[in-house]
Amino acid sequence: MEINFDLATIWAFIIAFAVLAYVVMDGFDLGIGILFPSLKVGPERDAAMNSIAPVWDGNETWLVLGGGGLMAAFPLAYAIVLPALYAPLIAMLLGLVLRGVAFEFRWRDPRHRPAWDMAFFIGSLVAALAQGITLGALLQGITIAGRGYAGGWWDWLTPFTLLTGGSVAVGYALLGSCWLIWKAEGGLQRDAFRHARWLGAALVAAIALVSAATPFLEAKYYQRWFEWPGVLATAQIPLLVAIITVLFFISLRRHHERAPFLLALALFGLSALGLAISIWPDVVPGRVSIWQAAAPERSQIFMLIGAAIMVPIILIYTGWAYWVFRGKVGHHGYH
Amino acid sequence: MTDAAMALLLARSQFAFTVSFHFIFPAFSIGLASYLAVLEGLWLKTGQDTYLVLYRYWLKIFAIAFAMGVVSGIVMSYQFGTNWSVFSDRVGPVIGPLMAYEVLTAFFLEAGFLGVMLFGMKKVGPKLHFAATLAVAVGTFISAFWILSANSWMQTPQGHEINAVGQFVPGESWLTIIFNPSFPYRLVHTVIGAYLTTALVVGAVGAWHLLKGHDDPAVRRMFSMAMWMAALVAPVQIIAGDMHGLNTLEHQPAKVMAMEGHYRGHDHGAPLILFGLPSNAKEKVDYSIEIPKASSLILKHDANAPLAGLNSVARADWPPVPIVFWSFRIMVGLGLLMAALGLFSLFARWRHMLYDNRLLHRFALAMGPAGFVAVIAGWVTTEVGRQPFTVYGLLRTSDSVSPLASPAVGTSLLAFVVTYFTVFATGTFYIIRLMDRPPAVAEPEPEHAPIRTAGITPAPAVATNGEQGRNSDGD
Repeated sequence: MEINFDLATIWAFIIAFAVLAYVVMDGFDLGIGILFPSLKVGPERDAAMNSIAPVWDGNETWLVLGGGGLMAAFPLAYAIVLPALYAPLIAMLLGLVLRGVAFEFRWRDPRHRPAWDMAFFIGSLVAALAQGITLGALLQGITIAGRGYAGGWWDWLTPFTLLTGGSVAVGYALLGSCWLIWKAEGGLQRDAFRHARWLGAALVAAIALVSAATPFLEAKYYQRWFEWPGVLATAQIPLLVAIITVLFFISLRRHHERAPFLLALALFGLSALGLAISIWPDVVPGRVSIWQAAAPERSQIFMLIGAAIMVPIILIYTGWAYWVFRGKVGHHGYH
Repeated sequence: MTDAAMALLLARSQFAFTVSFHFIFPAFSIGLASYLAVLEGLWLKTGQDTYLVLYRYWLKIFAIAFAMGVVSGIVMSYQFGTNWSVFSDRVGPVIGPLMAYEVLTAFFLEAGFLGVMLFGMKKVGPKLHFAATLAVAVGTFISAFWILSANSWMQTPQGHEINAVGQFVPGESWLTIIFNPSFPYRLVHTVIGAYLTTALVVGAVGAWHLLKGHDDPAVRRMFSMAMWMAALVAPVQIIAGDMHGLNTLEHQPAKVMAMEGHYRGHDHGAPLILFGLPSNAKEKVDYSIEIPKASSLILKHDANAPLAGLNSVARADWPPVPIVFWSFRIMVGLGLLMAALGLFSLFARWRHMLYDNRLLHRFALAMGPAGFVAVIAGWVTTEVGRQPFTVYGLLRTSDSVSPLASPAVGTSLLAFVVTYFTVFATGTFYIIRLMDRPPAVAEPEPEHAPIRTAGITPAPAVATNGEQGRNSDGD
């Protein structure tokens, strides 16, 4: 596969970057929501919540950039994909509503705190499942006619999409537990180590299953992965996954505090790379290429100027915000 | 009704519902962010604890309102695609970049500094913390700039071309698109509306505590500041609204005809219809109370100027007249009441009764929600008045909708209604409960809650006030 750095390609990379940034940042914070019922009521839950309270809003903004950027740079893709994934996307949005307000509401109403903790859990879980289902539905192919979606409103629901949905939820929970290993102390950290072990195993199994199923969804995916001589390159990815997995479990055994989180992110990064190998250069996999969906040059150039200036600045102050809240989270937020 | 027509109606209901709910929160947080920046700035400048007390008091309320604004806003950024995919495909190349700029220049700024603003005072110190507050306040304004530019382009489109597949694409200059004819007016009118909304809420909370006998410096300060805003800004808003209306008359005459209830044209001065029951079926306003020639006087500044009516517009291009007619009257009526409140407060201030006049306090309390109602009514006027188009005159709403089955839209609408009413009603209840407590030097927080700004006093105040410092400065 060859890559020319034209505008559409650059924008494909920017959107991919936004989605990846979203997964890196919001993944652990949705993961903490998914783990919430397993955390002890009281100081442990409070500390877990406080460890993400200052950053969750910024994390979710990457999702808005991914969606808004897709509409602006590839309007045709946005117009096809969103109606195709109607139900899971609406469910995701409602999930994000429930979990987002829980950050404030649980402090304002101690009597109903268990209810808002439950909303935080359900909202996070639904959002994670919906994102995974969305991914699976894109991979398995979308029915289109002319410039629009032409399938039914249950097409997104198949065993494969349920597998990808579950995989993303497991992966986020793993990121959440690794984040707590990094940011928490005492019992909360011990619990996080315990969860990270089985979630790590579950995620690796999920990656294996999704990877095994994907090449058989479309002939093109199969060729990408298994045809000579491309297989020499693609085979490196499962190899790297295996190496990272081993390192991950070693770091857990040695009770490293940061390495598990970074290695779990590496697993997500490799999965994303694998996806890119399958679908490049399509924005609606197997149907619409980035060039077919691209907005006119004037739109893409105008936005590129903004993105080139703003994204580095955003990364700098986002980094600063994380830096301000570095270190272990105490009972009252960061100390 | 066919399934497609039903799906269209449901999609429109869903957008109207989600955007109206969403709009309530930014209308409040735009003004409140600026108010917080002013409070913190004054605290740093004067060292008076009253400002810090007020800052902490309103910060908790801001945190809840902002969270609700964020989550309801994420919904909006996906609604365009889920329910209005044809619109997104055809208009995306023009308004997509404007919204992308909103994300890049505003959303990240707000979100990136919100954490520091809410929880970071101890970490970064008062000066950097003030910078974070300013960043959030500026972010809310930049956000309004871009989204209103996009919205105004849909009202008064210009600077675009249409390509081979029927998409609206940018022409030579983006400035022509961004600064389309209605944008400056809509931006000024909306942002002032947000400031007034916040001022009325702050004023009502101050009035509530004065009425309950919590007459302390912080309560007095917030009430006084809010009444200054109402007195100074409400008249400005009426002028801005008038100019916005004249701009609409120039570019979207049918919208103004609906607002005025002018089904028929008038050659020698059109009457101002104060009230009545507009009927599209009869093409007239029943039981109308009119002031002869006053409409021409307001809109043309000439009592005898001719004004065209809806009979000069194709029936298929009429907006739903009764909705626009009534929402416009609600907005204008509330605007006049706001100006009256401001005048009343000036009078009371002049007579040294600002903190004693119970009638003023009751009036201010009653006007607490008026800003929200006026903002929504104004929004309904301009958006429903744009119908039956999404891009005025060029793209019909019925040609913008996603290819959706009505059960899918209906189910999601129901889910939104149930979730929003549960979640946002609860949030509003929490906000009102916080407002019911008077501001206190040590703002109480539940156990293990993340520390917000407690325990920090600036250098000038440290000498006299410790952690449990008393409220030493007067008003």
